[in-house]
Amino acid sequence: MTTDVIRQDDVVIRFAGDSGDGMQITGNQFTDTTAKVGNDLATFPDFPSEIRAPAGTRAGVSGFQIHFSSSEIFTPGDGPDVLVAMNPAALAVNIADLRPGGIVIVNTGSFTDKDLAKAKVDVNPLEDGSLKAFRVIKIDINARVIQALEDSTLTKKDVLRCKNFYTLGLMYWLFSRPMEPTLEWLAAKFENKPELIDANQKALKAGYNAGEIHEYFQGRFEVAPQQHTPKGTYRNIMGNEGLSIGLAVGAHLAGLEALLGSYPITPATDILQYLAKMKNHGVITMQMEDEIAGICSAIGGAYAGKLAITTTSGPGMALKSEALGLAVMVELPLVVVNVQRAGPSTGMPTKVEQSDLFQSVYGRNSEAPIPVIACSSPADTFACAVEACRIAVEYMTPVILLSDNYIANGSEPWKLPTMDELKPFPVKRPSAGAEPFMPYSRDEKLARPWAIPGQPGLEHRIGGLEKEDLTGYASHDADNHQKMSEYRRDKVLGVRDSIPTPQPHGADHGLLMVGWGSTFGAIRSAVEALRKDDVQVAHLHLRHIWPFPKGLDEIFARYDQILVPELNLGQLSKILQSEYPDHRFKEYDKMKGKPFTAFELREKITTMMEVAS
Amino acid sequence: MSTTELTPKDLKSNQEVRWCPGCGDYSILNSVQAVMADIGVAKENMVIISGIGCSSRFPYYMDTYGFHGIHGRALAIATGTKTANRDLSVWVVTGDGDCMSIGGNHFIHTLRRNVDLKILMFNNRIYGLTKGQYSPTTPMGQITKTSPYGAVDAPFNPLNLALGSGATFVARTMDTQPKHMKKVLQQAADHKGTAFVEIWQNCVIFNDGAFKDMTTKEVRDDRTIDLVPGEPLIFGTGGSKGLKVDYLDAKVVGPDEATVWKCDTDSPVPAFLMSQLDDEPDLPTAVGIFRCVDRPVYDEQVSDQIAAITAKKGPGTLKDLIYTKDAWTVD
Repeated sequence: MTTDVIRQDDVVIRFAGDSGDGMQITGNQFTDTTAKVGNDLATFPDFPSEIRAPAGTRAGVSGFQIHFSSSEIFTPGDGPDVLVAMNPAALAVNIADLRPGGIVIVNTGSFTDKDLAKAKVDVNPLEDGSLKAFRVIKIDINARVIQALEDSTLTKKDVLRCKNFYTLGLMYWLFSRPMEPTLEWLAAKFENKPELIDANQKALKAGYNAGEIHEYFQGRFEVAPQQHTPKGTYRNIMGNEGLSIGLAVGAHLAGLEALLGSYPITPATDILQYLAKMKNHGVITMQMEDEIAGICSAIGGAYAGKLAITTTSGPGMALKSEALGLAVMVELPLVVVNVQRAGPSTGMPTKVEQSDLFQSVYGRNSEAPIPVIACSSPADTFACAVEACRIAVEYMTPVILLSDNYIANGSEPWKLPTMDELKPFPVKRPSAGAEPFMPYSRDEKLARPWAIPGQPGLEHRIGGLEKEDLTGYASHDADNHQKMSEYRRDKVLGVRDSIPTPQPHGADHGLLMVGWGSTFGAIRSAVEALRKDDVQVAHLHLRHIWPFPKGLDEIFARYDQILVPELNLGQLSKILQSEYPDHRFKEYDKMKGKPFTAFELREKITTMMEVAS
Repeated sequence: MSTTELTPKDLKSNQEVRWCPGCGDYSILNSVQAVMADIGVAKENMVIISGIGCSSRFPYYMDTYGFHGIHGRALAIATGTKTANRDLSVWVVTGDGDCMSIGGNHFIHTLRRNVDLKILMFNNRIYGLTKGQYSPTTPMGQITKTSPYGAVDAPFNPLNLALGSGATFVARTMDTQPKHMKKVLQQAADHKGTAFVEIWQNCVIFNDGAFKDMTTKEVRDDRTIDLVPGEPLIFGTGGSKGLKVDYLDAKVVGPDEATVWKCDTDSPVPAFLMSQLDDEPDLPTAVGIFRCVDRPVYDEQVSDQIAAITAKKGPGTLKDLIYTKDAWTVD
C-alpha cells in the first residue's frame, strides 16, 4: 500500500490528556526525535498546578505543544494544527485553539458516559456535530493497546499506561519520524524492568503500524530538516536547565565554586534540582528552611568567597527583599534568579506572566539599586546566566536575573558555545600590605575588594549599617551617607559601560516594538511576517533592563511609533517613559496567564499602522 | 599570623565599645575574647556573625572577620559561611528577640541540621535596642512598654526549644560569673556541631535585675545548680544539698545521695528535666552543660558528599556541562 506524502514547512501539534496519561513524556520524546531529525522547534508544556487533580476532570488536563519547521521559528506556535485528545476533558479544554480544518485525534476508549460526566460534558462532542470544522480521527486507543499487549504479563492497569506510547507511535508515522530514538530511550529508562521495555516498545510499534495499516489519514506528512541551520553543535534545552548550566559555567569562568541557597517554589524548583546534581563541579546546594534563609545562606556563602546564587519566583522574591538590601549594602556578588509566574500572592503558579519588573528594579526599601537582566527564550537562559555571574563578580553587586514560566518549561535547540567563545572573568583577591586594609575602597568600576575569611591580615567587619567610605566602619555621618548612596547608584549605572547596544531587527523607521523576556518569539514572528508584506516594522529586544544599555535614545528617535508589548500592565513601558521622556511608549498589555500569539501582535500593529496612515 | 599565640588583646578591634555602662555585654565580650584567643584557631579563620539587637553589635568589637547581618537571620548567613568554608570557626551572637522571635525558624532548623556553629544567645528577657518591649522570653505578667498591664504571652524556655529541635550541645551560663562562662564557652568551642549557649545577661536600663533571684551572691548557691558532666548534682551553701534524679522526677537529698550528671545519654529526657527544674518552686534553676552528644554534622556531610561524588565521577569540566550525549552537530 502506498501513502501520499504531504510536504509541510511548519506544523504545530498539541498532545493533551489527563495528568496521569504521560503527555509530558510523549511530548518530550516527540521533541527529542524531532530535534535529531533536524527541524527547528519550540515547545511549551501546559500542566495543572495540582499534582493530581481528580482523574478525567478539566482541572486535571495536561498539555504539551510542539512547533517544528523546516525554517527558523521563534515560538511554540499560536494554535495547533493537530490536537491529540486522550479524553473528553482534554478535548473540551483544547478544541477552541485548534485551527479550522485541523486534525483532532480522539481516544474513543475514554469517551464513556462516565468519562463525559467527569469532564462535565453533557452531550458527546463526537456525536453532536460540534467538531464539523475539523478532521476527526477516532481511535479506541485503549482497546488497541490491550490487543497489542495481549501476551504481556502486566496488569490491565499497567497495560493501559502504555497508551501514550501507542499515540506517540501513531504520530511518528503521521509525521515521518524514526522510532529508534524512543526505542533506545525506553531500553535505557527501564533498564531493570524488561517487561516495561517490551510493553512500551510494542505499544509504540503498534501505534506506528496502525498508521500504516488502518488508513486513518489521507496521507502522511513530511517536515524536511531545517535548511540553512548555522553550523555547530546543538542540544534541545529547557529554560530552567539552560539557566542552571549557565550558572555553573559562570562559576567556572569566575574561577569559583557555586553555592546555591534556595527553597522549592514553582516554577523555579528545577534549577535547585539541576544544580544539586552537579556535585562533581564543586557546586554546593542548600535547600533551606524558607526563602529568607535561601538568600541569607547565599549571602553567607558569598562572604566566604563562593559564586553565590539564590533562586525563586515572585512571592519568594517578596520575602527576600530585605536581604537583597543587605547584599546591596555589604556589596557582595550574588545572582538572584526570579522565574516569574502569574498573579500577586499565590496567583497562578504554573502560568506565565512578566509582572515582576517593577519589583526587580524598584522593589526595595530606600535607595537599593540592583542590575536587572532578563532571558528571552529557553536557549537564551545560558548566556544570560553567565552574564549575571559576570556582572555580579566584576561589580561586587547582587544581580537579578529574570526568567518566566514560559521560558523555564519551554524548549528549543540551543547552539552550544565553543570553548573559545566562553570568556573567563577571574576574580582577583586583595592581599595584605603595609597599609591597613580598606574594605570599602573602590576600583575603576567602583567595585570594592572582595577579601574573604581565611585571608590573614585582611580581617574586617561588614554589615547592614551604613558604611564609612574606605574603612567600612559603621557610620551615621550625613555627608558620608549621601556619598555612599551615590557610589552605589553610580556603580550599578556603570554596568552600561560593559554591555553592547542592542540593534533593532527589521525596518530602520516606522514602528518599533520594544520587548523584554519571553515575548521575544511572538514579537519576532510577528515582525518577520509583516516584513514579508513590506510593513515598516522593527523589533528591539532588551536583555539588560537596569541599567539600560547606552544608545537607546538614538534608536528610539528613528521610529514614528514605539509599541511595548508586555505580559503585565505596562511595566517596561512606564520605566522607559520615565527614562526617555522625549519619546512616547505605547503599552500593549496582556494578563491572561498565556503568552502573546504572533497573530495578536500582527493584528495590533496592522491597526496601529492603519490609524497612523 | 596563624603560628602566633593569640592573646585576648589581639582580638580587640579599634572600635569604641558602645553598650550602656553596666551592661552585662561587657563581661561577655571579655570572656569570649579570652576563650577565643585560646582555642587554637588562627585569627583569620575566626568569623563572628550577628543579627540585630544590642548583642549583635558584637562583631564590631572583635578584630576578626565579622558580619553584622539583619534581624533574625544570623544563623542562615552563618550556615552559608560555614558550609562554604569548613576551616572557619564561626560564632553567632544573637539575643532573645533576634534568635527566639524573628529568627525562630532559622534557630530550630540550624539545630536540626547540626551545622558546626557556636550560638551565643544573650538572654535579657527584653527588647533593649528598641527600648523596652517584652520579648519571647519575658515572663508572663511582666510590665513593659508594650505590656502596660502585664504580658499575656507565655514565654519560651530557650533550652527546651533547643533540646526539642535536636540540639547536640546545650548549655547555660551568666554574665555575672565570668569563670563559669569561660568554662562553658570553652566546652562549646570544643564541640563538633551546633553548640547553643544561653547567657543570662542583665539589661541595666530596661530590665534590671531580671535574673537577680538566681544570680546574686546571697541566693545563687541555693537557687542554682551547676550541671557538670561526671560530677554529682550538688548545690547549696557549702555544697550542702544534692539532687537525686529518678526517671522523670528530681528531688532534693543530701549531697551523698546526689545523682552523677550525664549530659550524653541517648535520650534528651534528663536534659529536659533539668531545663525545667525550676517549674517546681522548691528546686533550683540549672546552669552548666545540659547536653553534649555527637551526631552527623551538616557542613561536613555536604563536603563529604561533594568529595565522594567527585571521586566517583571525576572532577567536572566546563566542557562536560555544555557538551552532553544528546548533542548533535550540523555541518
